[in-house]
Amino acid sequence: MMTPDAPLLSVQDLVVSYGNIKALRGISFEVHEGEIVTLIGANGAGKSTTLRAISGLIPIEDGRIIFDGKDLRAYPPHRIVELGISHAPEGRGIFGTLTVMENLKLATYARRDKDEIQKDYRRVFDLFPRLEERKNQIAGTLSGGEQQMLAVGRALMTRGRLMLLDEPSMGLAPILVQEIFRVLQEINQAGTTILLVEQNAHMALQVASRGYVLETGSITVQGTTQALTKDPKVKEAYLGG
Amino acid sequence: MRFIIQQTLNALQLGSVYALIALGYTMVYGILRMINFAHGDIFMVSTYLGFFVASFLLGWALHLPMAVIFVLTLLLAMFGTSLLAVFIERVAYKPLRQAPRISAVITALGVGLFLENFTLATIGPEPRILPQVVPVINFNIGGVAVSSIQILILAISALVMFILDTIVRRTMTGMAMRAISFDKTVVPLMGIPVDRIISITFALGSSMAAVGGVLYGIAYMMDPYMGIRIGWWAFISAVVGGIGNIRGAMIGGYILGFVEIFVAAFLPSTYRDFVAFALLLLLLVFKPTGILGMPVVEQKV
Repeated sequence: MMTPDAPLLSVQDLVVSYGNIKALRGISFEVHEGEIVTLIGANGAGKSTTLRAISGLIPIEDGRIIFDGKDLRAYPPHRIVELGISHAPEGRGIFGTLTVMENLKLATYARRDKDEIQKDYRRVFDLFPRLEERKNQIAGTLSGGEQQMLAVGRALMTRGRLMLLDEPSMGLAPILVQEIFRVLQEINQAGTTILLVEQNAHMALQVASRGYVLETGSITVQGTTQALTKDPKVKEAYLGG
Repeated sequence: MRFIIQQTLNALQLGSVYALIALGYTMVYGILRMINFAHGDIFMVSTYLGFFVASFLLGWALHLPMAVIFVLTLLLAMFGTSLLAVFIERVAYKPLRQAPRISAVITALGVGLFLENFTLATIGPEPRILPQVVPVINFNIGGVAVSSIQILILAISALVMFILDTIVRRTMTGMAMRAISFDKTVVPLMGIPVDRIISITFALGSSMAAVGGVLYGIAYMMDPYMGIRIGWWAFISAVVGGIGNIRGAMIGGYILGFVEIFVAAFLPSTYRDFVAFALLLLLLVFKPTGILGMPVVEQKV
């Protein structure tokens, strides 16, 4: 099993290709229990690909992904969720023809702990009161912000120890972005480790403790968020100078 | 007027069978975006399964009450047909899931031809009828002839369709089926084994066809080619109702039942297919997605 200071997630020399195109060229990074770690980078740098590889949605060409001492390559995607990885995917991925409540319920498919599930619904509705107001509404009719809340709420309902979040700020008004990030910090303080992928480096570096910069499939800069915010290269490329 | 009521009953009876089969086409299309062209022949096999189960149970010297034999025939035909459909999906369709869609469609046609010719070779081409497992009682209600078989077909069809509709709307599995139909890529992230849901879909769809098969067998003659003809009408039912939509398939089935019976009642019977397909084309011109169909949103690959 894990030694006390072993990382919760360890990605080692990960290579992923789409046909002949190398999307990830051997990246390595770690996420420790209790952290918020961010992967920042431009569009097409390989951020979503990284999360999809962790969740087992795309095949790994080379390298390893170790979660909680287990090599994830041996598990199909739905089992990876059961191991404790929640994933709110790029573009939110809510089921538009289902109601809000049905979306949340589906995320408990693999769970058998009925009482805890009820507590988790309560928790999601406390974090996002809007979702409770709209729980019988068809999810496709929600606004972008509400859909993002649902995507995060659904990830919470799978109750992972590690939550992968793919661009939660995308397409949202600044005030909603603030709101979502406030909730993410709350979720983290309650004990969930977070790996956050963002184009909005400003917000990501504010909430995370460490970060990695991904450029065309390679990690070019890494460090604490304090160090990253001062790094001239990061400043120029991602924080608007 | 009596004639109309009589024909309406006949139309409902035939429509029930079309609706039950149409469900299998529409459910598989809903989650795989694939037309399972073997489904009509799976329906045919289910009728023969019912035939053998009923013959066996009747021949068995246990003297089971008829109602028990009928229910057992229905359940065993459903079970056997589900196994067959799930097996076909595993060995013939699953390996082609990443292949171009046309490959799976051609494979399905091949599977259908196989089932048909296998039945032809092993059982023979002569038409058969299910041994009598339902006492035939004829009622005369105001000059309209109603048989116990007719009532049974209408009632059982309505019951199993109601159960299926409830499964799809209320259970976790049903929700997962609807989620896969909307966006398959995200479903595994909910901890849902997509392959298992696909198997359950095939099992449910083919069970419905088996109910249709046994009910068909107690009312009409069976032969190895029935899967093509009935299957086509059921497939068109699914399209008319809006393929991918479960209630649409039910409605479509009854519409096709009415078209077939009433065209044959008022026009020479050779006009039947011609009029039915002409109506279908007309409907598709004005409502390309069928009656309850939604515009198809292409999934992200």
